[in-house]
Amino acid sequence: MTGLAFLIPIALGMGLLGLVAFLWSMRDGQYDDMDGAANRILIDDDEPLEQDA
Amino acid sequence: MNAPLALSAKDASALATTRFTVPGMKCAGCIGKIERELPKVSGITAARANFSAKRVAINHDPALGEDALTAALQALGFEAQPVTENPLGADTKERKRLNRALGVAGFGMMNVMLLSVSIWSGADGATRELFHWLSALIALPVIAYAGRPFFASAWMALSHRRTNMDVPISIGVILASLLSLYETTTGGGHAYFESAVMLLFFLLAGRALDAEMRTRTRAGIGALLGRMGKSASVIAPDGSTRRVPAASLEPGMLVLVAAGEAFAADGEVAEGASAIDNAMLTGESAPEPVGPGAVVHAGAINLSAPIRVSLTRVAEDTAIAEIARLMDEAGQSRSTYVRIADRASRLYAPVVHSLALLAFAGWMIAGAGWHQSLTIAIAVLIITCPCAMGLAVPAAQVVASGALLRRGLLVKDGSALERLAECDVVLLDKTGTLTLGAPRADIAALDAEARAVALGLAQASRHPLSRGLAAACLRAGVEPAAITDIAEVSGKGLTGTWQGLCVALEKPEGEGQALATTLRIGDAAQTITFADPLRTDAGAMLAALRHEGLTASILSGDRAAPVDAIAAELGIAAQAEASPQAKLAAMEALKAEGRRPLMVGDGLNDGPALAAAHASIAPGTASDASQQAADAVFIGEALMPVALAVRVARKTMRIVRENFGFSIAYNLLAVPLAVLGLVTPLIAAIAMSVSSLVVVANSLRLARSAN
Repeated sequence: MTGLAFLIPIALGMGLLGLVAFLWSMRDGQYDDMDGAANRILIDDDEPLEQDA
Repeated sequence: MNAPLALSAKDASALATTRFTVPGMKCAGCIGKIERELPKVSGITAARANFSAKRVAINHDPALGEDALTAALQALGFEAQPVTENPLGADTKERKRLNRALGVAGFGMMNVMLLSVSIWSGADGATRELFHWLSALIALPVIAYAGRPFFASAWMALSHRRTNMDVPISIGVILASLLSLYETTTGGGHAYFESAVMLLFFLLAGRALDAEMRTRTRAGIGALLGRMGKSASVIAPDGSTRRVPAASLEPGMLVLVAAGEAFAADGEVAEGASAIDNAMLTGESAPEPVGPGAVVHAGAINLSAPIRVSLTRVAEDTAIAEIARLMDEAGQSRSTYVRIADRASRLYAPVVHSLALLAFAGWMIAGAGWHQSLTIAIAVLIITCPCAMGLAVPAAQVVASGALLRRGLLVKDGSALERLAECDVVLLDKTGTLTLGAPRADIAALDAEARAVALGLAQASRHPLSRGLAAACLRAGVEPAAITDIAEVSGKGLTGTWQGLCVALEKPEGEGQALATTLRIGDAAQTITFADPLRTDAGAMLAALRHEGLTASILSGDRAAPVDAIAAELGIAAQAEASPQAKLAAMEALKAEGRRPLMVGDGLNDGPALAAAHASIAPGTASDASQQAADAVFIGEALMPVALAVRVARKTMRIVRENFGFSIAYNLLAVPLAVLGLVTPLIAAIAMSVSSLVVVANSLRLARSAN
């Protein structure tokens, strides 16, 4: 029983953390442009790294 | 790095942000080009593209106007229109609210389920009581928050003395929560918190999918809109001009309309001669010459030369606004359409509620206590709560609309798919729908020299025939000849000098051929003919429609001769020279016969018919108003998406019916168990999730339906 006193708050806390992370990512606009995010990985970097010789 | 440039708050305050819609953004390269090249223009600090919404937000120096920014985008090869409205429209807000509710319900479901599993695996006594209290503590606020969309909609329906799918859902969830709370306070054995929260989670998933589908396609359509004349250059008595928004124009004002500009109000030409493109109003593809005294309408485009127009009717009084009103009225009938989920719930809700009531009465008569009878009645409500039914429709529709989207067809919402599936007769507009709406020149007879001269002349003009000629030459790889002294005389043609010879593109003699031009080089003259060709797959599309059992005919505002020619070529019936009112009347007549017409059209003159039809589709090149009125918009030169839309819509409805069938079969199995009092919270939870998963899996079969 004493184990529960620790485990339940931890489980709830982690769940809440996940919920907060989801709400924050939504507010931050992470899901506004899903197709764009998929395409952006194909864009080359502005300036390729200088390579010697 | 392709992340946006971070702007410090101090910098940002001094900058203005303007949003543009850029329909031409098609690939990663376009995003990269816009975001990399625009900040190189002086005055622009950063640009951020939203690929899904086809929009670009530009942070810039306030001194830089919209025109300069549009020009900068144009220089990169993207056509762009500034967007004024709030980027977070009502649809986006609704979607975000649903996503938040879904997140909260998901959190509640996982945690309550964690506690419930312990109870099912044997926790009892004080532990069970503690877990029930914890479940209540989590579940009640979650239900209060995540259930709001359902409670609000159910309340709306009930207060209008109607019922919809949300009424049985709300009753089930609320009763289950109350019973569970009672069980918890009295230390009872069974609490249904996890069932209530899980039900909300699955149903919210359905709603969120539905909202996602609407915002995604509406963003696509929004990106195509906005080509109408929204302001005009008013000439003051002292000769100076200023830009006035269309809504503030007044009759009697004198406006200057540049070549290529759209008219913002109806008026009479006061000075100058030009040709106007009236395709939006009449569907007629040949340009119409106008001179002093001629009447011009808002929405038409001035093609060749600047003219002065004295305004007669503005804003709400223009011919275009009149058509918009017709469309509004014609669209009323569509708002009374009852979607399949609500039709199902009309049959379903009374059955479920009377079953629960009968179970309660039966157990009371059989001598069980009121507590046990009530528990059983609520178990019946929970087990029959239309979880799978709530998912049955949106899951299938969202998969289908995604499949259609990949083929270039944007369906506005689920109700559009349902109505598309029911159509049994198709009416097609000619210009711009069956045909491409842009004249194409036949240059096969010209030699290389003539082609070069023709291109040199044609590319100097905005006239649709010149554009068609220039496009045909460019496709053939012609290099333009260097022509000097090019002059354009409205209604006559283009003249110029090439290697000391007089060259010209002129209106041919004789009125017979409206779509032709004469190329004159020195004394030699050749006639170039134009055709507004059929979309290449028009015949195949009609065959595909026939295969689905739909009869097609043409309903056009164009002259009888070209309409009949195309009708004969395609082998279908046709009605020509139909006014917007006549098109609307034809639609009403079909509906009165009990037919369900599908209208496909692009012009503003098709608008009322598009709004009145049982379902409607417009091409992406259609007028703004027509795209707004249509249920779906297709992009590109192929006409096949129209037939595809009907086929996929029908397949979707078949899957939806299968899903319903499955839900009902599941209920037939589960209800006797519930009525006999054998359903425990564990059985309810398993039954609910299995039925939902089966429905989703069945709907996913539609993913390849458009191939």
